[in-house]
Amino acid sequence: MSDTDQILSEAADWHRSGRGVALATVVLTWGSSPRPVGSKLAVDDQGRFIGSVSGGCVEGAVVENALETIRTGAPKLLDFGVTDEQAWDVGLACGGKVQIFVERLS
Amino acid sequence: MKIDLLERRLAAQRAGQTTVLVTALKTGGQLLLGEGIALGDLTLGNEERAAINRAVIDDRSQTIDSPQGTLFVEVWSPPLRLIVVGAVHIAQTLARMAVIAGYDVTIIDPRSAFASEERFPGVTLATDWPDEVLPALKPDKRTAIVTLTHDPKIDDPALQAALKSDAFYIGALGSRRTHAKRGERLAGAGFDAATFARIHGPVGLDIGALTPGEIAVSILAEITAILRRDRIKAREDKAA
Repeated sequence: MSDTDQILSEAADWHRSGRGVALATVVLTWGSSPRPVGSKLAVDDQGRFIGSVSGGCVEGAVVENALETIRTGAPKLLDFGVTDEQAWDVGLACGGKVQIFVERLS
Repeated sequence: MKIDLLERRLAAQRAGQTTVLVTALKTGGQLLLGEGIALGDLTLGNEERAAINRAVIDDRSQTIDSPQGTLFVEVWSPPLRLIVVGAVHIAQTLARMAVIAGYDVTIIDPRSAFASEERFPGVTLATDWPDEVLPALKPDKRTAIVTLTHDPKIDDPALQAALKSDAFYIGALGSRRTHAKRGERLAGAGFDAATFARIHGPVGLDIGALTPGEIAVSILAEITAILRRDRIKAREDKAA
């Protein structure tokens, strides 16, 4: 089973057991971003997560946004990159840029 | 994402089918497409469908521009497969590592003492002869085949079946001398030099591997390098 399949199977299990779940997916990358397009992170309503969208640089910020999406149901499109002030705050120091789509599993 | 889309996608994946999930990044609207599947709340025009088809042919997830804003086209292909002929010591390590690297692993060995559940937990085992099992598994361009028995009675029929398939990687354990003799036998069986050259032998990248674990690393590294050769080539072209 591929990485993505494992993450999505687990996310489906979480949902079936009644937990709120959000999926984050890398949709666009520039430069030397560490994880390819399609990489996934599944987050539950307690902030537990599996998978990876950046190899650790922006996971914290993505989890925060995912928790909000679980609450509101509204999808989000997040940009992280070195030209972005906020990106430095959350530490994408690897020199790449990524765009991440966050959606609730419903 | 709706749970029924996700469940449907996982089921298609288990059945070895390719699916595509199209997401409108502005609204979150989605459409799941696959063999006999069109599920979701997104309507697509002809141009959008054509762009999606190209993404499927390229087997590459990507964003495309459309009148309804940016669409993310996520192509999900069936898992990569590794077929190992020879349930030997190296196969035990190679199978475990290949599972971690995302491969569905099948071990073929007609000697049932070798191909036992105890030695290979969580891996598909086949104890028939490789020339019967391999064609039935229909190796495709997402399949790698490695022979490890050292025994021509088992390896040769496996390699003959492998060479008739679209497998993206074929490797055979054995020294240069063993491999040269293998070439002579396969030539006698009607395989020309260009066809025989598809076989990587001695198997694996030359990293001086000694232990079963190291040999498994060298084999998996070579399979990866062949699988991802387009990425290596793109980088080299850019540097040139």
